[in-house]
Amino acid sequence: MPSPLSPPLPAGGISQVPDAHGRFGRFGGRYVPETLSAALDQLQAAYDEARADPSFQAELDQLLAAFVGRPTPLLFAKRLTEYAGGAQIWFKREDLSHTGAHKINNTLGQGLLAMRMGKKRIIAETGAGQHGVATATACARFGLDCVVYMGSEDVRRQEPNVRSMRMMGAEVRPVESGSRTLRDAINEAMRDWMGSVETTHYIIGSVVGPHPFPRIVRDFQSVIGKETLLFCQKELGRDPDCVVACVGGGSNAAGMFYPLVEHKGIRLVGVEAGGRSAKPGDHAASLSYGNAGILHGSLSYVLQDPDGQTADVHSVSAGLDYPGVGPEHAWWHDTKRVEYTSVTDAEALDAFDLVARREGILPALETSHALAWTVKEAARRPKEEVIVVCMSGRGDKDAAEIARLRSLENGGAHA
Amino acid sequence: MTSHHDPKSQASKPLAATFAALAKDGRKALAPFVTAGDPDLDTTLAVLEALDRAGAAVCELGVPYSDPIADGPVIQASYTRALASGFTLEKFFAMVRKATGRVKMPILAMVSYSIIYRRGIDRFVDDAAAAGLAGLVVPDLPLEESEVLDATCKGANLALVRLVTPTTPPERAAEIAKRSTGFLYCVSVAGVTGARTDLPEGLVERVKWLRTKTDVPVLVGFGVSTPEQVKLLSGVADGAIVGSALVRRVGELAAEGPEGVARGVESWVADLVNAAR
Ligand SMILES: Cc1ncc(COP(=O)(O)O)c(C=O)c1O
Repeated sequence: MPSPLSPPLPAGGISQVPDAHGRFGRFGGRYVPETLSAALDQLQAAYDEARADPSFQAELDQLLAAFVGRPTPLLFAKRLTEYAGGAQIWFKREDLSHTGAHKINNTLGQGLLAMRMGKKRIIAETGAGQHGVATATACARFGLDCVVYMGSEDVRRQEPNVRSMRMMGAEVRPVESGSRTLRDAINEAMRDWMGSVETTHYIIGSVVGPHPFPRIVRDFQSVIGKETLLFCQKELGRDPDCVVACVGGGSNAAGMFYPLVEHKGIRLVGVEAGGRSAKPGDHAASLSYGNAGILHGSLSYVLQDPDGQTADVHSVSAGLDYPGVGPEHAWWHDTKRVEYTSVTDAEALDAFDLVARREGILPALETSHALAWTVKEAARRPKEEVIVVCMSGRGDKDAAEIARLRSLENGGAHA
Repeated sequence: MTSHHDPKSQASKPLAATFAALAKDGRKALAPFVTAGDPDLDTTLAVLEALDRAGAAVCELGVPYSDPIADGPVIQASYTRALASGFTLEKFFAMVRKATGRVKMPILAMVSYSIIYRRGIDRFVDDAAAAGLAGLVVPDLPLEESEVLDATCKGANLALVRLVTPTTPPERAAEIAKRSTGFLYCVSVAGVTGARTDLPEGLVERVKWLRTKTDVPVLVGFGVSTPEQVKLLSGVADGAIVGSALVRRVGELAAEGPEGVARGVESWVADLVNAAR
């Protein structure tokens, strides 16, 4: 019997992906060294088995309820709606989850999978640190060893999360290679996995990487969209008109959108990091400006030079500072089921301030991108319409970095 | 060793001839790996000529990639240096064309599928064949994803060398061995590239078994760095691949210019070649 946390998905069409090879249309797949092939097959088998085992879902649902605090509420953002002066803005409160972001939905699920596979050591990458914290949390809860790779630039700008991870017993390994951000952290985690694959599970933090990761992470995050739909139908008596989420690797967006893709009347919008400008190197908007290419084991949209070398990217938000995106988003992009757009660093920072002052919520800088677009769009839409934005995480981790950026803007005297 | 009636071996003529000649002399293949463009392409050209003089059987030329997840710190650093010094595929193919005109050892490119895909499979394979490369080694392209590249390489007479690793289950290893052309790359350890002191347990048995599963020679790589290891491997395999140890050497000698690097590399590799019998 399906639990209240996991109502059945609608069948057919766009949601019937990936196929057996992990393909979403032409995207996805598995481009990894042979050393990892067997582990990915094992993961796929363990996941299929777990899905067929009601006790697995029951254990996960129980954790999601009592440990994470699900279902998370939907909040009517009254003063933000007044400010925008148009459509009603609602927040899906993933920021109220234990550890303060959606990432925990995935790490608990994958942690349980790791235990099913008899693996006692966990590795993860993290950008904003939210996935690192969520992984450290799951490992502490389950009694698993935990190593988190994090670019040294991100160690600096997301310092509070580094502290939390260490307090929960995780080892944080700063990564000094390349741009010292999320992409390099994934490289390092993959290299660790190359040598430890028989005893270690890699909990990847977004809907990226080789098959079956994009599907597994999407499924574990789908609770966001399922709850949103259930709430709107029960409490508002209708579907939302528009649903918005920020897109880094794309896990909060995929979790929000996947249960809604067959509801053709709902407009779905993913917001990428527009950075400083549309110039290469100034942003991290793979779907808006990238090409089809392969990065970290799957075919999707990537930011590369014409030789296939990964481009430098920039975002004020560590969690969006990534030159790729999950393959299912590439598929939704090409099938035009989801609209993808971007907002700049400055717009995101303004949205952070606005939501802090008008709603009493410090949103994560990642989330602030989705909020910036939502406020602009709500102003253009009639008052009867309902826009739900995925409040993917809380912004406490960003407060110090934002204060630093603001003081640089004001002449840097207090930096 | 290579079955000449098999249409597949058509794709690997220069390699087949090389291995046949070695076998006639009772020798094994010493296959060095170097990073193209580290520290610059002039040096790489000089190094290729030096490797050829030293008696290397075949050479794997690493195409620098920004995100090499199968590589340890030594090769990663060499890729970073090469990219920083302005490496491009155009310059790479131009250098390879010069090299293949001057050396007798076949040269293969070790290249990420990300790079091949971005250039376009047909275009990359055409460029590779036109430059005189004997084949490709694509470390991040597993069997399941390789159909198109495989067919394209066959059409252009390029070998597509496949890899088996300690984590590959036997049935799959047999399938990979069967489909590999040119030679089969047996990865000695589960892990990234990098020199190691010991040869892993069970390797000898694995190589012996693999040789019963394929018509092409079996070369062992990852972690090989000394004449002693090469000698040991020559007892069971058809050859040994030496990567990180050579790349480190090139890096250490870089300040001495192309000729200095070439000289230093030549004598060092000659010792390895002597052990390969
Ligand atoms: C709060 C928050 N939102 C969004 C993201 C972006 O990731 P994704 O696109 O996978 O949801 C992150 C990543 O760190 C995050 O911490």
